[in-house]
Amino acid sequence: MSSIRGKKVKIHDMSLRDGQHSIRHQFTLEQVETMSKALDAAGVPLIEVTHGDGLGGSSINYGFGLHTDKEWMTKAVQSVENTKVSALLLPGIGTVPDMLEAVKCGVSIVRVATHCTEADVSQEHIEKAKEIGLSCVGFLMMSHMANAEKLVEEAGKMISYGADCIYITDSSGHMLPDEVREKISAISKAYGDKVEVGFHGHNNMSMAVANSVAAIEGGANRIDAALAGFGAGSGNCPLEVLVAVLNLMGVETGIDIHAVQDAAEDIALPIMGKPTRISRDSLTLGYAGVYSSFLLFARRAAEKYGVDSRAILEELGRRGTVGGQEDMIEDLALDMAKAKGLI
Amino acid sequence: MKKINCVLIGSGNIGTDLMYKLLRSEVLNPLWMVGIVESSDGLKKAREHGMKTTHLGIDGMLDFIEEDEVKIAFDATAAQVHPITNDKLKKYGVKMMDLTPAAIGPYCVPPVNLQKHIEADEQNVNMVTCGGQATIPMVNAIASVQEVEYGEIIATIASKSAGPGTRINIDEFTETTSDAIVKVGGAKKGKAIIILNPAEPPLMMRDTIHCLTTNTPDQEAIKKSVAQMADKIRKYVPGYKVKNGPIFDGNRVSIYVEVEGLGDYLPKYAGNLDIMTAAATYSAEKIALKLLEKDA
Repeated sequence: MSSIRGKKVKIHDMSLRDGQHSIRHQFTLEQVETMSKALDAAGVPLIEVTHGDGLGGSSINYGFGLHTDKEWMTKAVQSVENTKVSALLLPGIGTVPDMLEAVKCGVSIVRVATHCTEADVSQEHIEKAKEIGLSCVGFLMMSHMANAEKLVEEAGKMISYGADCIYITDSSGHMLPDEVREKISAISKAYGDKVEVGFHGHNNMSMAVANSVAAIEGGANRIDAALAGFGAGSGNCPLEVLVAVLNLMGVETGIDIHAVQDAAEDIALPIMGKPTRISRDSLTLGYAGVYSSFLLFARRAAEKYGVDSRAILEELGRRGTVGGQEDMIEDLALDMAKAKGLI
Repeated sequence: MKKINCVLIGSGNIGTDLMYKLLRSEVLNPLWMVGIVESSDGLKKAREHGMKTTHLGIDGMLDFIEEDEVKIAFDATAAQVHPITNDKLKKYGVKMMDLTPAAIGPYCVPPVNLQKHIEADEQNVNMVTCGGQATIPMVNAIASVQEVEYGEIIATIASKSAGPGTRINIDEFTETTSDAIVKVGGAKKGKAIIILNPAEPPLMMRDTIHCLTTNTPDQEAIKKSVAQMADKIRKYVPGYKVKNGPIFDGNRVSIYVEVEGLGDYLPKYAGNLDIMTAAATYSAEKIALKLLEKDA
């Protein structure tokens, strides 16, 4: 019998936010509507809708969105009845005014994301979120780059600003189940009585479902997932698979398994074009510990400058690049092409 | 040569780094340092260099402005207190170099608009942000060739070089820099992004400048303009390097730069802090020359 049997876990769908990375932030409003309705009907309690890099992410650096955050968020909010809509905000990219605009669109949860050692840049955003009555998540990205003790310290800062939930975020899909369990347990042990604890995985090493289960075993009660894994790199934790696994383990999600299978197959896959899978490049993201949304940028730079995309990603890993440093990719590809005498 | 006496307000990293730059200046004399913590390293260093100091804030030295002939102030404290300090010094006709994000005076990016501010005899100029100093000249280098529809900059700095002031007010960086990309850079729209990277050893400040030109970019003219601008910046920041670019991709023009600081008080990787203090020092020197000219 599983130690987590009977536990209740809230699943947060990422398709309309992390999924943006794999389609260069080109969701149409019709797609947002169809997907939001399907997720709502399937009983998914939470969905996230913004540019892939969060509020204000639309840029040359990360790719211009087909629509504005405002348009996407408004459409999603209008399309759901029971599901709540969240917005992602990365301080340094998005700002407090962006958050206030999201609230006007009907967003009720803001997730403030920082690199896992830089939580103090989230203070003004988290404090403002709480002041205006939002539910607020502190989202520690690239959590494989700090040990459990450091993560506890950084999470503590976000909680002191007012966060009601802390996420350990495996942005690179680099973590293995034991590490996830250890880090989530450390956060749960330190703050589990005060805040919720969540896990956001990427499937670059085919570990997203196993890691999510390990997170629940470690004390997490919120898990990010996406239809057919619709997300950056090799995708997020595939939502329909996670629900099936959790059903077998006796963990309650309140989600209709058939409805999410259908949404994955009939809605998410056709939008993706090519199904999200583990390719040599996206495996390299996980293996080298690189931010998952670098994938398409590395491929494009590799093609343009005649260098190997894996070599780019591995070097980015060696240099300790963090989330948001997409501008390193073309710069590095140029350096590599120069070194090879190509330009 | 006669030097202009200056007061450094703030005895933290920026104020102390400024002190070393001013000590080398041929026209500026760092006479006073103002702090609020008597035991601060900055005030200690200032005393070691024979400067007058007070830990009572600006009020601790106001009585000496006239007798010590202090003509230029550098404010390296915080945005909230800057307007109050400025009001107090303005009465004595002191010129203010504002290194806080308060920006009550016009933005000053030396190779772009310093001359204009000197001619207008501005009492207070604001040094924008570190990322702004490193990138706005490049936006302007492109905008001076042809119309720039959109300018975007990404500043990546070592975590260790981002103090608590930057961290708690990170929106100020993005908002002020975006504004100055338009007002000083000359782009029609601006966007700024800042990334903190904790890698060890700390990474050198790096900045990316992306512009979208309205019409097809004039590659040769832009390359020339960018090279000239880099030379102008290197006059006060010798470690300013255009690593790659300008790269042309349709109407996108991208430039990748690295900023190595002089390593005066702050380590060399903290090019972000160095470019602020260097730009403020350079600007103050030009203002001082003008003051000396008037006296003569």
